[in-house]
Amino acid sequence: MTQDSPYPWREEGATPFIKIEGLSKRFGSFTAVDDVSLDIFKGELFGLLGGSGCGKTTLLRMLAGFETPTSGSIFIDGADMTHVPPYERPVNMMFQSYALFPHMSVEKNIAYGLKRDGVNRSEISDRVAEMLKMVELSEFGRRKPSQLSGGQRQRVALARALVKRPKVLLLDEPLAALDKRLREQTQFELMNIQDQLGVTFVVVTHDQEEAMTLSTRIAVMDAGRFIQIGEPAEIYENPASSFIANFIGSANLLPAKILERHGGVAVLEHSGSKRQFKVATDSTQVGDTPTLAIRPEKILIDKAPLNQCDNQLQGTVREVAYLGKISTYRVETDIGEIIEVTAPNQVRPTGVGHKIDWDDSVHLGWNADSAVLLAE
Amino acid sequence: MAESTAAVNSGMLSRLGNWLQARWQSIITAIPLFWLLLFFLAPFFIVLKISVAESLIASPPFSSLFEWGEGLLPSVSVTAENYSYLWEDDLYVRTYLSSLKIASISTLLCLLVGYPIAYAISRADGAMRYILLFLVILPFWTSFLLRVYAWMGLLADQGTFNNLLMWLGVIEKPIRLLYTQFAVYVGIVYSYLPFMILPLYANMEKLDNSMQEAAADLGARPAAGFFTVTLPLTAPGILAGCLLVFIPATGEFVIPDLLGGGNVLMIGRVLYGEFNSNHDWPVASAVAIALLIVLVLPMMLYHRVQARNAEQNT
Amino acid sequence: MTGKRSRFLLTMLCFGMAFLYIPIILMMIYSFNYSKLVPVWGGFSTRWYTTLFQSEEVWAATSLSLKIAVMNATFAVMLGTLAGLALARIHRFRGRTLFTGMISAPLVMPEVITGLSLLLLFITLNQMIGWPASRGITTITIAHITFSMAYVAIIIQSRLAGTGQDLEEAALDLGAKPFRVLWDITLPQLAPGMVAGWLLSFTLSLDDLVIASFVTGPGATTLPMLIYSRIRLGLRPDINALATIIILVVTIGVLLAGWIMLRQQKQLANRQ
Repeated sequence: MTQDSPYPWREEGATPFIKIEGLSKRFGSFTAVDDVSLDIFKGELFGLLGGSGCGKTTLLRMLAGFETPTSGSIFIDGADMTHVPPYERPVNMMFQSYALFPHMSVEKNIAYGLKRDGVNRSEISDRVAEMLKMVELSEFGRRKPSQLSGGQRQRVALARALVKRPKVLLLDEPLAALDKRLREQTQFELMNIQDQLGVTFVVVTHDQEEAMTLSTRIAVMDAGRFIQIGEPAEIYENPASSFIANFIGSANLLPAKILERHGGVAVLEHSGSKRQFKVATDSTQVGDTPTLAIRPEKILIDKAPLNQCDNQLQGTVREVAYLGKISTYRVETDIGEIIEVTAPNQVRPTGVGHKIDWDDSVHLGWNADSAVLLAE
Repeated sequence: MAESTAAVNSGMLSRLGNWLQARWQSIITAIPLFWLLLFFLAPFFIVLKISVAESLIASPPFSSLFEWGEGLLPSVSVTAENYSYLWEDDLYVRTYLSSLKIASISTLLCLLVGYPIAYAISRADGAMRYILLFLVILPFWTSFLLRVYAWMGLLADQGTFNNLLMWLGVIEKPIRLLYTQFAVYVGIVYSYLPFMILPLYANMEKLDNSMQEAAADLGARPAAGFFTVTLPLTAPGILAGCLLVFIPATGEFVIPDLLGGGNVLMIGRVLYGEFNSNHDWPVASAVAIALLIVLVLPMMLYHRVQARNAEQNT
Repeated sequence: MTGKRSRFLLTMLCFGMAFLYIPIILMMIYSFNYSKLVPVWGGFSTRWYTTLFQSEEVWAATSLSLKIAVMNATFAVMLGTLAGLALARIHRFRGRTLFTGMISAPLVMPEVITGLSLLLLFITLNQMIGWPASRGITTITIAHITFSMAYVAIIIQSRLAGTGQDLEEAALDLGAKPFRVLWDITLPQLAPGMVAGWLLSFTLSLDDLVIASFVTGPGATTLPMLIYSRIRLGLRPDINALATIIILVVTIGVLLAGWIMLRQQKQLANRQ
């Protein structure tokens, strides 16, 4: 029973729930989705992440049935859905705008899909009541969407899409219209509901933090293709390219050349300054010219030397951005590169002296396994 | 047996239903398209056909274009006589030119009167703007014919204007205002003013006030700001308004007939007369086709403007 | 608005409004003139209203015009809504260019051409298939629908252009088939536009003289045709009275419609 595993994608030969094969969509001469293939498993909360125009929404709309693929196929639970119209798919969608019908009450909105399926009246009212309870809107059933707040509307849209018990729920930027605080709260609600119902979710988002928090796995899209598919931590810690390293969080990127390699650790040379650094790796070869990527939070910063670190640099602070719980420093280093470092503000920076400020001389340090090598 | 037939029937029905549902786009397009093809496009081909037919004293007073001859092929009798008649008769050429002149000057007058009004409305605030807009639209909803009639009352020999001027002592005896070109100009400007103001207003409403402020901030005096910023930005509205006035005004019938009397030559009136009094349908058709040829360019231009506006809205 | 420019605009505005309204107001005032000569004031009287109400011709023409206007508005809204939907929602179909051309042309087409061409169509059809057997209320209505539907289509198209397709897609996604979506979602959204289209079509039909004169037959005289036949020969005080009634009715109607639409718009604004 592959479904029982919490991580079915890690297992060989597991049966996917949604199978996308060689899917393309062209609008005239523009290719929105370019020959993508993807397996999504039952019960996943799968994130499609990318900038605007990367093709993520078009992919979602093909899953819903609003766009007909130019080529390729979509299978859901073993059935070919490629040319099935949206009104016959076991798939429902939560729209970015929520698309609540303004002339119908909340109840009528939620009941709409069940009515179309010819469900009998008493069952409709039971299931609508159940859904309203789940999204904590039981008292609001008779209101019109215009009389609800943004967060309430979002929950009505969710209830309306879930009441038909779809095999797959598609969510188009589900949190984009909410303000920051509500967004964080709603994220966890979404995850709880998904956990309760066990429905497979596919979420489109441009917000990498949202994708990281929500998803079991993420597919990062650019120019109509997947550039990396993996679990959030995998993508963050082992980005496949410098594009991803910068798209998901930020990274200091240094051009380098591998000089020698002993087991899992390689010594490389920074292309500009010829300074040598150690990095943990298991795939590079001597003579390769990869990019060394170090996340700003993985670099220590101090006024005193950081001798405990495998790699060290010295430099001068050129900019400080105080963000509350952390601060970001831009340091001009002795290898001629500006390095960005973030550090938690564990001490209230009130006293003069231990606070790092503009034009201070600082030491930077990181360990060999804190950085990664990127082939491109 | 009966049950299985019913099942087959309902199966066929639902398949027909699905077939129709899948073709909803074709269905909702086909109905209005069919109507327009039959009642808008087809008539023009008939006019074209009759314009090359020979005039007969009969009912209908034109020769049938297709006579079923002895062979299988219909013999076609086509004549360009009606068109050469238009060209040779000095009256028609003069009428076309006069129509174009009257329509052009009226359009220009409409623009001069309408532009500041539209501008003032677009810069009025809140409720005032809607009230003014409403006041401009209201006459458009009331009868065109009656608005023209209202001017007959003002311009007649014993009309309000003449009475007023005589009472003021400006004139001794009534001057001729009704049944002159002047009356036709006034009538066209009056009747078509809303058609000028509305597209101008729609265009100016979208205009950002900060544009002019930016121009002033960069050192443009009001006049310079107007000619270099406001005027170019309202050009689409000007074009749309002018076309909406010019095209129908060229073929106008009621205004020259009621306010111009027999003294003003306009093609719409000639066409109506050719048709109603002379019963020369082929010549009337040729007049119509010739008018259409004159107007086809401005009409295509208007269509382009409309399409571009629709695109910007989406 | 400040200074000289503001004063100029204000003057133009006043002048424009006076230009638009003084002729109408004077026409209404003279409807209460006792004198048979319209511009010569002979004291206050309502005798022309009495004359008007006693005229069977006027009643017949009014009822014919209203019948045509109602039928025209109803059919024009149906056809025009479909056409507007096609224009706004279906971006690629065969004959789209021709279709958009045929929708925008009637708005500017000189009436004499439309009238003549439709008459010749009716005559040709009559010769070919025997329909329409005679010209009158049916042919006038068909002619009016043809140009009114273009106005409705433009109104519907512009309303739809401003809204996305999310609601329709949401309904499809929830299992509603296309015609169901049209009925449940699209048409309720379009209701205000359809009401506006109906009123406009109704008015356009009541207003039309030229096209109706071409396509009418013996015995069918619409109200504008009656008015025209009377004023061709000069001013008539009973027509002033008729004009006053028509203008008052239309003004009240437009005010009412405007008020309803304003209220709906406010509700819509509250929603967002």
